[in-house]
Amino acid sequence: MSAILDIADLTVEFPTRREIFVAVDGASLTVEPGEIHGLVGESGAGKSTIGAAVMALLERPGRIAGGTIRLKNRIISGRDRAEMRSLRGSEISMIFQDPLTSLNPLFTIREQLTETITTHLSVTDAEAHERAHDLLARVGIPEPDIRLDQYPHQFSGGMRQRVVIALALCSEPDVIIADEPTTALDVSIQAQILDLIRELANERQVGVILITHDMGVIADTTDRVTVMYQGKVVETGATRLVLGKPNHPYTKSLIAAVPRPNVKLHRFPLLSYDGRATEFRIDDLARNWNKADTDSAKPLFEISGLTKRFLQKRSFIPSRRQYLVAVNNVSFDIRQGEVFGIVGESGSGKSTVARMIAGLYRADGGTILYGGQPVTGSGSLAWYRRQIQMIFQDPYSSLNPRMRVDAIVAEPALHHRLLSGKALRHRVDELLEHVGLGAAAGLKYPHEFSGGQRQRISIARALATQPRFLICDEPTSALDVSIQAQILNILKDLQEHLSLTMLFISHDLPVVRQMCDRVAVMQNGRLVEVRDAEALFASPREAYTRSLLKLMPRLDGLATEGIQDQVEA
Amino acid sequence: MTSVYTAPDRFNQMALRIRAMWQGDLAWAFRHSPVAMVSFVVVVLLVSGALLAPLIAPHDPFDPATLNLMNGFTAPGTPNAFTGESFWLGTDDQGRDVFSTILFGMRISLLVGFAAVLLGMVIGVTLGLIAGYRGGWTETIIMRVADVQLTFPAILVAMLIFGIAKGFTPVEYRDQIAIWVLILAIGLSDWVQFARVVRGATLVETKKEYVQAAQLIGRSGTAIMIRHILPNVLSPVLVIATISLALAIIAEATLSFLGVGAPPTQPSLGTLIRIGQGFLFSGEWWILFFPACTLLALALSVNLLGDWLRDALNPKLR
Amino acid sequence: MLNYVIRRVFQSVVVLLIVGLVAFSMFRFVGDPIDNMLGQERTQADIERLRTQLGLDQPFPVQYWRFLENAVQGNFGVSYRQGRPVAEIIAERAPATLELAAVSGLFAIVIGIVLGVFTAIRREGWASNVIMTGSLIGVSLPTFLIGILLIYVFSVELDLLPSFGRGDVVDIGGWSTGFLTASGLKALVLPAITLGLYQMTLIMRLVRAEMLEVLRQDYINFARARGLSERVVNFRHALKNTLVPVITVTGLQLGSIIAFAIITETVFQWPGVGLLFINAIQFVDIPVMAAYLMLISVMFVGINLLVDLLYVAIDPRLRGEGNTT
Repeated sequence: MSAILDIADLTVEFPTRREIFVAVDGASLTVEPGEIHGLVGESGAGKSTIGAAVMALLERPGRIAGGTIRLKNRIISGRDRAEMRSLRGSEISMIFQDPLTSLNPLFTIREQLTETITTHLSVTDAEAHERAHDLLARVGIPEPDIRLDQYPHQFSGGMRQRVVIALALCSEPDVIIADEPTTALDVSIQAQILDLIRELANERQVGVILITHDMGVIADTTDRVTVMYQGKVVETGATRLVLGKPNHPYTKSLIAAVPRPNVKLHRFPLLSYDGRATEFRIDDLARNWNKADTDSAKPLFEISGLTKRFLQKRSFIPSRRQYLVAVNNVSFDIRQGEVFGIVGESGSGKSTVARMIAGLYRADGGTILYGGQPVTGSGSLAWYRRQIQMIFQDPYSSLNPRMRVDAIVAEPALHHRLLSGKALRHRVDELLEHVGLGAAAGLKYPHEFSGGQRQRISIARALATQPRFLICDEPTSALDVSIQAQILNILKDLQEHLSLTMLFISHDLPVVRQMCDRVAVMQNGRLVEVRDAEALFASPREAYTRSLLKLMPRLDGLATEGIQDQVEA
Repeated sequence: MTSVYTAPDRFNQMALRIRAMWQGDLAWAFRHSPVAMVSFVVVVLLVSGALLAPLIAPHDPFDPATLNLMNGFTAPGTPNAFTGESFWLGTDDQGRDVFSTILFGMRISLLVGFAAVLLGMVIGVTLGLIAGYRGGWTETIIMRVADVQLTFPAILVAMLIFGIAKGFTPVEYRDQIAIWVLILAIGLSDWVQFARVVRGATLVETKKEYVQAAQLIGRSGTAIMIRHILPNVLSPVLVIATISLALAIIAEATLSFLGVGAPPTQPSLGTLIRIGQGFLFSGEWWILFFPACTLLALALSVNLLGDWLRDALNPKLR
Repeated sequence: MLNYVIRRVFQSVVVLLIVGLVAFSMFRFVGDPIDNMLGQERTQADIERLRTQLGLDQPFPVQYWRFLENAVQGNFGVSYRQGRPVAEIIAERAPATLELAAVSGLFAIVIGIVLGVFTAIRREGWASNVIMTGSLIGVSLPTFLIGILLIYVFSVELDLLPSFGRGDVVDIGGWSTGFLTASGLKALVLPAITLGLYQMTLIMRLVRAEMLEVLRQDYINFARARGLSERVVNFRHALKNTLVPVITVTGLQLGSIIAFAIITETVFQWPGVGLLFINAIQFVDIPVMAAYLMLISVMFVGINLLVDLLYVAIDPRLRGEGNTT
């Protein structure tokens, strides 16, 4: 079989005012009919840029500086925009990441489908409408007759992504480029969409480039895979081979950092590829830490009947107000010194629970006891706020961009009047040293740091008041997988050496398995079950938990280099 | 946030920061925009001319002792037929030097412009922050009032406030407080822009996690609004303030031109144009022309700066 | 949908009531109406009689209610300065202002949208740069200076068009129109351009900014990726989305045309309500000010309501047809 799309030695440049940034550096890959070719790499690897270059949708001032792109043996790079436009959509299509923004909100689905069909195929109006109907049915949208005349806002996220796929199929393309097509979707929807892409590729012999950062998606869906690092292709080949027996050291380090669903590791093995991983100095930190006397028999938190409603429709008249019940009568305990996990899909209420415990939301019902004392009522909670800290999801928004790093780290201690002047300055320098950034980092501003470094700053801030309890709300979901491994290792160190108690919120089951001692599963604001982590993963009791576990990526084929010696008994 | 660092350390940091700023994106954009640089120079020249008016003006137009009615209607650059005196930009009907009246007129225009924008900004930013951060009924009330006021064009609101204030003051004080009434009228008419923009930006910032991090440790709402949110919403405020300055100068000139602004005893550029309009048809064009050019130069360069600033602070737009 | 319309109408009425309160308070508290209406020679009996006649002895809410009652019937009292009923004065001035505003509004919207779309699509071209720079000068030029400039060029130097007044008018059933005579149309040209130019530049800049914003959206990229032609992408997908916010602001701009007419009317001595209003401010003629305020609020609120309804017609998300499934 010959390649339908052949990218050879592609180089893409973005000239900026200081230098020319090379986003893609001599990348080559081929796609065959009916094949799903995965393109994987961490942020900044240049994988999306390849997709944009093939579609001639490079953002200004980006340009193709070298190499060729061949479609069915015809060179399609270096053509002018008008020519590219006739190829686009007719022979190559694209599926974007966010289905919520990729459909025009002011036109019906029928209008958008028929318009695209008549642009590419010479068919009558009636035929176009019939095709639109068939396509919608093919991508699995029930009642296509009714749905055709609806607007995008009347579809859910997963349904919209199906419509986007239908639009991409309108012209019967030979190649589809799917750029993170499931990243914005929940796991259960993600699996359905990937299955659909898989089926369509087989059925219509379409070549698919699947761009993703998710090793699970690569392992489950693709036939071949190309691994990229800083604009360069480091390894390419059949998926099973690349993931099972990686050759390149970068691929090895990447695979070693992937959280496994089937075993619990003591620590992630950090196979440093470029020597940038910085040390976290837990021993120094632990030496100066005032450890709380741990009495693990008594729970730290006793939470009962916790309920939170959000006002959805305001009205003068109380009876006409509409509420969304985000958390519904949830009760559990958190023991001293454990890592307690909460998992669930988006909208399950897991973050809302964390925010109520953090005192960011006020509960509408139920009680939270901390060491036997209520912390839900009014009155001064300064003593409580000193003992809890939080690490947030998005390292780009959790640090005030207008504050210097030393001021950010010092703020909690300063506010609680724990330290001041020289002692405070000393503590800040020390903390920045300990998290591996160095005291000099205090003089900089957050924008000078990468995502992983920012998360370390967040950790330094959280430790400044020497808290006993740490809330981690999806602390690594915005990070690349190798950075995630570093941060998770740090959190494990903290918990072990400082006897911290932790609440760990995540939608990512393999991560939860690595981190947590006990796990609560939530769905639609309700608690489904609370179990010891290993017991939950080994033998889930509830049907919902079983269905969640079934959706975990099967990473059996992944290389286990460096992992065996970390497996916990 | 008080810094944990001591004074000499801070000084060094400041020097470093100034250097970083000059090499920073905004300064780079400035150095590469001839339009912005020219506008900046024009604004600086005009503002310093107004500030230094008592020192550099050849005549004091408000001192009757230095006026000679015989000098009336002297054309620019040519000696007067009776007195032989020569005036750079000519004189008006009462023999006042046009160049001097422009310098003094600009003082009024700029005073009203800056003070009105400051007033509007303080009110608008405060209400916008509160509305965006507190939400709920507070927000509804503030933003409904803003919406209603926005329904009415700013210039009309300013006129109404001016008219009402005039009705309240006894005739003999009207001229004296006219300038302050103008500032009040224009300032109250443009707080809405600030409030809307700041509320929008505050809503975005409030959802960010650094605000939650501050709430978590128990900082008060006021402290979060001032120390955390305010610094992060300042760039759009800067853009609006610059554009508002141009609008306020134009609004002042318009009101004065219509005769409901600065009184003839304290003429602004608008008043001068109002006076000059009467002589346009009889051929003494300079009495109108030069004040009009000054007003245009001032408004245009401030607008160009604002336009440049908006693009420079919003890299998306390029 | 119906709910939305009812709520908007209700809000409009509240706004009008508030404006009415402002207008009434002006009338009641700014200066002493009795002082203003009676000359120097007055007796205590005159004062008492007028006080009762105006209802000033009644409690405030009652007075306000009466004021509203009268206002709804078009009765705004008697001008302090001219001694004639305000309603009569306004009725005879209104056609001049409305004709001027209609012509310049049409000019501003049509040219403004066309130029805005053009400069957004041809972002890089020299023509766009010239138009954008020109528009900044347009925004910086005060309306009255534009007027004076036009008068100087076309009336004083070229002597082509009249510099003041509205020429000959024809009276049709109480509406005096300048559209039907040559001199009336000639007189309309300069004021209409003066009034429309500033609004045009604002609308143009707004349309351009909105269109650029829309052109950056994912669905535009996706439309391009599907191979739709540039024409379809720009004029079908982008333009319709641009229109949604543009309509709101254009509505507000139409309102401000009526307000800015005050300036144009002053420069051109155009015998409309704006000129009347500016004279009223100068002489603190409160009944005229109050009536003008009420009148244009009704217009503004009406325009806003219309805009909101148009919004619903364009944007399906506001029609509330079914929910996400």
